[in-house]
Amino acid sequence: MSMNTQGRITAPTKINYNVSKSFSGNKALEQATKLIFETGNFNKTGIDFPAAKGLEYRLGGLEQKKDIELPGLSEPEILRHYVRLSQKNYAIDLGVYPLGSCTMKHNPRLNEKIARLPGFADVHPLQPISTVQGALELMYELSNWLTKLCNMPAVALTPKAGAHGELCGMMTIRARLDADGNSHKRRVFVPESAHGTNPATAVQCGFFVDELPANDKGCIDMKVLRSKVNELGENNDIAGIMLTNPNTCGLFESEIIEISELIHSAGGYFYCDGANFNALVGRVRPGDLGVDAMHINLHKTFSTPHGGGGPGSGPTVLSEALKDFAPVPYVIKDKLGYYSLVEEIDEMSMGRLCAFHGQMGMYSRALSYLMSHGRDGLKQATEDAVLNANYILASLSDLMSPAYSGHCMHEVLFDDTFLKNTGIDTIDFAKAMIDEGYHPMTMYFPLVVHGAMLIEPTESESKYELDRFIHTMRGLAKKAKNGDVESFKSAPQYAPTKRLDETLAARKPILRYDA
Amino acid sequence: MRYLPLDNKDRSQMLGAIGVKDIEDLFECIPKQARSSELFDLPCHKPESEVEKYMIRLSDKSINASSVPFFCGAGAYKHHVPSSVDHLIQRSEFLTAYTPYQPEISQGTLQVLFEFQSQVAILTGMEVANASMYDGSTACAEAVVMAKRVTKKHKAIIAPGLHPHYSLATKTLASSVDIDVCVLDSEISSDYEVIDLINDETACIVVQSPNVFGEIVDLTPIAEKAHQHKALLIAVFTEPVALGLIKPPGEQGADIVVGEGQGIGVGLNFGGPHVGLFACNKKLVRQMPGRICGETIDADGNRAFVLTLSTREQHIRRDKATSNICTNSGLCCLAFSIHMSLLGGKGLRKLAILNHEKANLLAARIDKINGAKVLNSSFFNEFAVELDKCAEDVVDSLASKNILGGVPFSRLNKAGAKDILLICATEIVDQHDIDTLCSALEEELR
Repeated sequence: MSMNTQGRITAPTKINYNVSKSFSGNKALEQATKLIFETGNFNKTGIDFPAAKGLEYRLGGLEQKKDIELPGLSEPEILRHYVRLSQKNYAIDLGVYPLGSCTMKHNPRLNEKIARLPGFADVHPLQPISTVQGALELMYELSNWLTKLCNMPAVALTPKAGAHGELCGMMTIRARLDADGNSHKRRVFVPESAHGTNPATAVQCGFFVDELPANDKGCIDMKVLRSKVNELGENNDIAGIMLTNPNTCGLFESEIIEISELIHSAGGYFYCDGANFNALVGRVRPGDLGVDAMHINLHKTFSTPHGGGGPGSGPTVLSEALKDFAPVPYVIKDKLGYYSLVEEIDEMSMGRLCAFHGQMGMYSRALSYLMSHGRDGLKQATEDAVLNANYILASLSDLMSPAYSGHCMHEVLFDDTFLKNTGIDTIDFAKAMIDEGYHPMTMYFPLVVHGAMLIEPTESESKYELDRFIHTMRGLAKKAKNGDVESFKSAPQYAPTKRLDETLAARKPILRYDA
Repeated sequence: MRYLPLDNKDRSQMLGAIGVKDIEDLFECIPKQARSSELFDLPCHKPESEVEKYMIRLSDKSINASSVPFFCGAGAYKHHVPSSVDHLIQRSEFLTAYTPYQPEISQGTLQVLFEFQSQVAILTGMEVANASMYDGSTACAEAVVMAKRVTKKHKAIIAPGLHPHYSLATKTLASSVDIDVCVLDSEISSDYEVIDLINDETACIVVQSPNVFGEIVDLTPIAEKAHQHKALLIAVFTEPVALGLIKPPGEQGADIVVGEGQGIGVGLNFGGPHVGLFACNKKLVRQMPGRICGETIDADGNRAFVLTLSTREQHIRRDKATSNICTNSGLCCLAFSIHMSLLGGKGLRKLAILNHEKANLLAARIDKINGAKVLNSSFFNEFAVELDKCAEDVVDSLASKNILGGVPFSRLNKAGAKDILLICATEIVDQHDIDTLCSALEEELR
């Protein structure tokens, strides 16, 4: 999920310009692909248009008279360009994509078909309400599934991704605090192991962050939390806590009930980062843990595709205490079964987070996933996700170094102890996985262990795929211990590129094509 | 269950390897009281055919844009998207990839982002662009927060022609970081009033052109006044196709340009996902929110692309990040970029002219209808019409005749004028659509 600078090499040790290359620049199936700016031209277009009528412009004198220097290509050229580019990408459909905290599960193709149905994809967000009843019903149904799975009374659907859901939840908490005359409450506890989005969100909502250390079991150090809350006393400035559960070490915070009681008794609210909800769906309901707000990444837990970095969707479930402060818009249904959108901001609502109604294209995919699984399939998926992670843990723990003892939830965390004195770092190990045909796990995150490797297989992997993956990881671990440093340092060898000079990219930024 | 590869034999073998008897043993870390024993009041799994049938029924309950004369705009625009776009974005390697954190096996996505950034920069007339935001409204909100970081000042002025949803989203985000947001009442041609409000305390001025009423705003005098007071001009657009015909904001003195890219490649999607465009001048790049892709070389000296300048971002800087954004609009960038590469500058110009001509024809016809008056002195492909009747009633009545006749301004701003209808005509509108709308409007206003 994350990159971190901890011990991470950001440039190859040397650049070797004298490697032999093919005349074409191609490598068999892998075709060299220039930029569209180098192959297209400004006078070409791949789209046919009817002739203009030559009417007089009414542009207020602000017409652009110069040519627009954007290259155009014909349709066959476009197909080649993007198909060639696609072949330089790793993907879930190619192999195991074990990025911890990212939940790279199978993306069902039924969902793609559903999202493209005209009543969802080809409707305008501001059409009269009577003409979008099907779209609103879908949103209402999805809300019903999400609130029931969480045992929470309300959900704000609009947040456009996980981090946007965090904003939604934390701003709702702020709105409630302000409404109660508690505008001095601005302290938010965030564990060290949290995703970077948590502290960034807290600050973006006008809070300040108070970090909580982890104990030696990878969970929140309760002694520290208790004493902090006690010391701050009755007129404290505690706004709440942002906690991922299971946490980013792949462990369930087993003191969660006490944590939520402690925060509530101090007049604060419990924000749960739902990034790891895939470990709980159908088995644990966040509402039963005292959670006040939690975003759900539809693009993780409910299988909407990651698309190379989005679009996501981050519906945020809200507790009784917060639901009146939810952002607009939301869908309501009357006794006759007619759906409406509440778009008006009342005195309580924290406002509007974005234009229109959120990510319809993700709602339809997620509902299709939920209905396909049903309550029984969701529970089974959760169990399989946890089983797969524990199978990897059990199969690798003798050769690699698990960061904590005991079972894990849906993801397993290793540190770099097993690489000690080998001269090989986590990043080298990760790059060697690329040559073996695997996407590396999340590395150097969470920050609480050294050289972290966080593996999340999800429920989508078969035993056959897991066994192959385990076999490879064991082979690499043995090879590392045998001191084959050079092959790790020079990896990847078989990928479309060798290691990149990231230092150069940051020092002399080239951020666009320049003729 | 068709999406789960493990069978019971696998499961029991794996439990054995782990050394536990039952799957329950792996959930023991969860306190008993938190383990839900009750059955969820939700249905069980369904075959693909049943889910599909249910969804088709649901889809059929809405009127979709392609099936009727269609004139809605106001921040989301219906354009024809070439078939190759949707085909290409469904390639597994684009669709099912994560954010390109491992550049050696993500050059496809990274080169797309580099090309996308270049296209957005050229389109807006700016030096650099990022790899997208969620949508235009959140890009606008982030731009205002960025202006505070750059100028170290706390006052933002929002021009009256900014899309009301954009100004609300901006207010929500900006007010939580102590930015004082001044929003002027929406009126069609009062955007230039902001000039008199700019002073040394102003961090930024947010101006949309074409504005929410469709009127095209000359940004240059506003930029000049802003720069006299060391304030930034944030230029906003909601219709990227307009930039095929209108002078780009970068040539009119804008410091940050944000906009909605949905009109190119993405489709309506009932409002999302869309794609936020964000561009600025090079000297501000280190204050920019979101991901940025840059060019570099690999260990063989070959050109390659990588996410860069990440010391601005949440995963490195945590509470000191420029934004909390992580996932953005990746696949929509791809759709935008493919469509834009098919168009090229020449095709974009042609598309823009077609849009403008369709709107011109429609505006001239509507202006002749008794009880309807076009308010704009300039426009691109949408304009505001003052009606003798309540616009919402008229639109509802048109809908009952299977015409989606535009967006009542009061839908965006309940306190706003009730008699203003925003009407948009893109290249998909034909003469029959125009005739149908105009005769229905004549009937309504009779």
